[in-house]
Amino acid sequence: MIHGTIVVAKDICKACELCITACPQECLELSPHLNEKGYRYAQLKNDTCTGCINCAIVCPDSAITVYRESKKKNAS
Amino acid sequence: MENVVTKNEMEIVYKKPKTITDTPMHYCPGCGHGVVHKILMEVIDELGIQDQTIGIAPVGCAVFAYDYMNIDMQEAAHGRASAVATGVRRVLPDKYVFSYQGDGDLAAIGTGETIHTVNRGENILMLFINNGIYGMTGGQMAPTSLIGMKTTTSPYGRDAAQVGNPIKITELIAQLPGAYYVTRQAVHTTQAVRKLKKAIETSFKYQKEKKGTCFIEVVSNCPSGWKMTPVEANVWLEKNMFPVYPLGDIKSPK
Ligand SMILES: Cc1ncc(C[n+]2csc(CCOP(=O)(O)OP(=O)(O)O)c2C)c(N)n1
Ligand code: SF4
Ligand code: SF4
Repeated sequence: MIHGTIVVAKDICKACELCITACPQECLELSPHLNEKGYRYAQLKNDTCTGCINCAIVCPDSAITVYRESKKKNAS
Repeated sequence: MENVVTKNEMEIVYKKPKTITDTPMHYCPGCGHGVVHKILMEVIDELGIQDQTIGIAPVGCAVFAYDYMNIDMQEAAHGRASAVATGVRRVLPDKYVFSYQGDGDLAAIGTGETIHTVNRGENILMLFINNGIYGMTGGQMAPTSLIGMKTTTSPYGRDAAQVGNPIKITELIAQLPGAYYVTRQAVHTTQAVRKLKKAIETSFKYQKEKKGTCFIEVVSNCPSGWKMTPVEANVWLEKNMFPVYPLGDIKSPK
């Protein structure tokens, strides 16, 4: 399985949960902690992210950056 | 959870488009306006037309669109975005010009401008964000509100006998010869966003070829006005908005 990860701009996130619904791996959740706006920002809850970018595409606040294992590294 | 794999072993496969500014958006959580802004700027980045594109902002929740889109923009009076876009595109015929409007702006106070802009076949892209309500002013009934929909000005639900049926302005303008490409899209899922992206790319291509007016309706949400969570709003939208506003091309060139 291709491995990926995401970084959420935690003070931009508004806890809308649309990324959580969009994630086919069910690897996102809301943090128990609040950001500076008072929202429980989104975060990864496990290591099953494949870097499919679904979450980032639906995020209205463009808060998600997605990383994926490079193909070069897979081949070696 | 901390990231298990260090990010330097990985490559970035998605990040915020560079033409979206770093200004935090004022939109409510989960509002479709942010998704439309992002995908529009993504297309502009990919086509490399940031310095050749001029956007016209509406009155409505997207009134500050110019703070988020790092392109030349002009604010218009309520409902008049397509008229302003007409002027801009006629004076600068080699630029890419789009208007961006909500349903109150485009299909209520701006109905006249909307119809006549399309009738003239102006070479612009009209983006129409239909969330079935006046978001900015506190959730009043829009011409596009559904039958039975409860809003602050239709507390018992929209009654067709009193205020008419939801207006399908997109189908209406598609009848006009000036309309070249007319489509209805959405932003509630990844697949929907990808289709909208394709429609925007297609519209800019036609604009370059001076084919006439391209018109994209985006069936969107207003979680605050609808009094739902964003996730609930997107489920409600699929169940209730799509039967009245079905997705797909309404007029496309052969
Ligand atoms: C001439 C004039 N009339 C009325 C208003 C009040 N007003 C501001 S925004 C708006 C409608 C907004 O609804 P919509 O266009 O659907 O956009 P949304 O906020 O839902 O994105 C109205 C009636 C105004 N600003 N100017
Ligand atoms: S979609 Fe964006 S704003 Fe919404 S919860 Fe996820 S990261 Fe936060
Ligand atoms: S009021 Fe509605 S349309 Fe306006 S920003 Fe909030 S959710 Fe979006």
